[in-house]
Amino acid sequence: MTSDKEKSRTTSLDDMFGDFAELVLENVTLEIDELKLALRPAVQQLARAATQQVLALPKSLISSSFATPLGEYSSSIQEITLGATKGQGGTRGNTVTIGGHTAPAWDLFQAPPKHPPIIAADVFDMKIPLAKAVKTHYKEVMEDPAEWAKLVVDKFGADVVTLHLISTDRQLGDTSPNDAAKTIEEVLQAVKVPILIGSAGDPEKDGPVLAKAAEVCEGERTLLCSATVDVYEEIAVAAKKHDQVVLSWTSIDINQQKELNRRLFEWLKPEQIVIDPTTAALGYGLEYAFTIMQRMRLGGLLGDEELRFPISSGTTNAWAAREAWLNEPSLGPRELRGPIWESVTALALMLAGNDLFMMMHPAAIKTVHDLIDWMKEARKVDEFPDWTTLSIPEGV
Amino acid sequence: MAKLPGPLEIYPLLPGTNCQDCGEANCMAFATKMAEHTVKLKACTPLYEDPKYAKKLVKLEELVTPPVREVTIGVGEFAASIGAKLVLYRHDLRYSNPTSFFLDVADNLEADAFAARVKEIEDWTYTYIGTGLRLDGIALRGVSTDPQTFAKAAKKLTEISNWPIILCSLDPAMLAAGAKAIADKRPLLYAATMDTWSEVGEIAVKHDLPLVAYAPGSLDNLATLTNTLRAMGVKELVLDPGTASKAGLGATVDNFTQLRRSAIIRENELLGYPLLSAPIAVWADHREGEAPELTKWDEVLTAAAMIVRYSDLLILHSADMWTNLPLTFLRSNLYTDPVKPVAVEAGLVEFGDVGPDSPVMYTTNFALTYFTVESDIKQAGSTAYLVVVDTEGMSVQSAVAGRKLTAEKVAETLEETGIADKVKHKVLISPGMAARISGETEEASGWTIKVGPKDSSGIGKYLQEGKWKEE
Repeated sequence: MTSDKEKSRTTSLDDMFGDFAELVLENVTLEIDELKLALRPAVQQLARAATQQVLALPKSLISSSFATPLGEYSSSIQEITLGATKGQGGTRGNTVTIGGHTAPAWDLFQAPPKHPPIIAADVFDMKIPLAKAVKTHYKEVMEDPAEWAKLVVDKFGADVVTLHLISTDRQLGDTSPNDAAKTIEEVLQAVKVPILIGSAGDPEKDGPVLAKAAEVCEGERTLLCSATVDVYEEIAVAAKKHDQVVLSWTSIDINQQKELNRRLFEWLKPEQIVIDPTTAALGYGLEYAFTIMQRMRLGGLLGDEELRFPISSGTTNAWAAREAWLNEPSLGPRELRGPIWESVTALALMLAGNDLFMMMHPAAIKTVHDLIDWMKEARKVDEFPDWTTLSIPEGV
Repeated sequence: MAKLPGPLEIYPLLPGTNCQDCGEANCMAFATKMAEHTVKLKACTPLYEDPKYAKKLVKLEELVTPPVREVTIGVGEFAASIGAKLVLYRHDLRYSNPTSFFLDVADNLEADAFAARVKEIEDWTYTYIGTGLRLDGIALRGVSTDPQTFAKAAKKLTEISNWPIILCSLDPAMLAAGAKAIADKRPLLYAATMDTWSEVGEIAVKHDLPLVAYAPGSLDNLATLTNTLRAMGVKELVLDPGTASKAGLGATVDNFTQLRRSAIIRENELLGYPLLSAPIAVWADHREGEAPELTKWDEVLTAAAMIVRYSDLLILHSADMWTNLPLTFLRSNLYTDPVKPVAVEAGLVEFGDVGPDSPVMYTTNFALTYFTVESDIKQAGSTAYLVVVDTEGMSVQSAVAGRKLTAEKVAETLEETGIADKVKHKVLISPGMAARISGETEEASGWTIKVGPKDSSGIGKYLQEGKWKEE
């Protein structure tokens, strides 16, 4: 290893002796100084053995202090505001802002998150197959997107709503951009929070549908989900024209993400881009999403102009893991298994640096809101109970 | 990031005899693997056996000591090694030694309940991508507060289990009794505090056991305690800055992150030890008669945050499937080597004794998708051909959405594998998630598409029912 490293090791060993010197002087003995002198030229290994023998029992604690390990970051993550109030040309009751960070995710000692993450609840414009544990909570509203939106805002506490226009898919109903516009209007009427618009993932329809959505949402500062490497121009043009934000969505590939963002720069300003590297479920590729998000956040903080954007996650993908929904009693109640799966998927990605969670299960939404609140500052803990003697009821 | 030694720094300190005892072709090859952290120094036996290499060994050990040292708990095949971390972010290299999960056993349980609890912990397992996930060790808690009871329970534990043990008590008299009873099993002692460091440190030194330094809520205190215990001669330390859930989770995550950052980025070797967290502490909030699920939920969240944020060892209480599945999965995911490719090779795979009547299915080459499907087919004992389509490492659902899985791609792959010559039917079973491209695929390939289950766990049943053969 480098001589630097050796030097630091020598120094720290020396520091340790230094501490001893002070200490032992207090306790009236000079042995330590003699020992220190004798030790200096000796091999470190021997020194360590000697300290153990001679200094076996310090009489009091050897004070040491902890230095906060601050990092240096040259840049910050872009701030993005979604939604617009009346005064801002829209009709929303409030706006939400994400990003703006100056430190790695949750490195509170460096800087707390500029804007804590937010949760968007998924709303679909038609009845869709859902895991039973999720469906239970939505069966009343499955055919009415406006009621669905009200439910997630009023009852489940969603910060914003993502309206997925999946019925526009040629395979799922092939509804027109004008039909989609009507649904958007209904949802805008139904709730006061900012709304985000999701397309169906049909390469032929996504462009026209999102372009129409951009037009209908004029003034509302919505997020158009999503531009991909295959379909982006029509969406970016519409976003520019109607001043909307675009979700730049790629498939677990950081270079592809940079490439797509570069292309979007032709039309969009930095305050119009949110990035999504694709969320894979806990147990089914979560680590790829985790690591790409972590790299994107760090890259952005270190000045990579193509990566310094808030990050979004389709956290509902957690339900793709069979362990989340399988009707298999030996795995425990699926009413708990599913939402904890979605919650843990979110928590891991939150710690990696995700800003916007698109979610479904009400218990998971509640849990992630709690987690954000618990983690956004390093509150002093008054008491650490002694768990070694805790009496925990048997069998739980 | 701490600078890790390269092969050229390691090589001059090796014997240089190219004896191949380590299994490598020569000393340079061994040095290269050392630098990649894929072999351990101990594999170079001459270094340890021949006194003439003693000086080199000392230097080498110093050189290759990871910024977070390794601590081993227990003995024999079940011993748990924790720490030995080289990087802060997994993308910088990889994380080594997956977080160990130790579950608690109270020392005052009746004999039957005690044995049942140990069995419950040892038997917890789940098959995931072909490997059995399991827990790692047992944390014996001194609930009785009676040293004799504690020592007896420790002894009993070593009689019924080979698993590594943590002796947990903040009372030095308890730890003295426990350590005396089972020192030969190398338990981890939990814990020395700012009040008990002198007595507990002495116990650890006397029996040469690894010890936890516990100073909740103050990193200055933890540094002081660590400094002091080292000076006493405690060689293997584990650090616990205290675990708080809920409103305390922010501070907990922050403390663990600062400690690991100090060790790896700042190369502060005083704090270069494995970290322990105790999500079990959530049970202090549990009230008798209350539904335990809420407390378990909190324990899972706390543990998940601590797996992500640098805990090398967790102490847990819940032994349920639904609590430990997400945690063991999360651990597996984060400790996967990030250079492991996202994709497997495309082509044809055979399962069982295939013949001309065997079913033909297809899937994508995303590694996770492939291994899940493979494991499901094997578990079901099915006989089948599996055509693996190159989707640039994307799962079925994403590949269909991202147009990496298209009718043309499927047709092309069928052609390349020559599967048409191996079976005497032209029926292709598609993943349920690729149903939307089945029409196009029939046109492009000339094969009849039958849509299989959406989740590969249904493959066994689907094939057994034989519907794919029907007209």
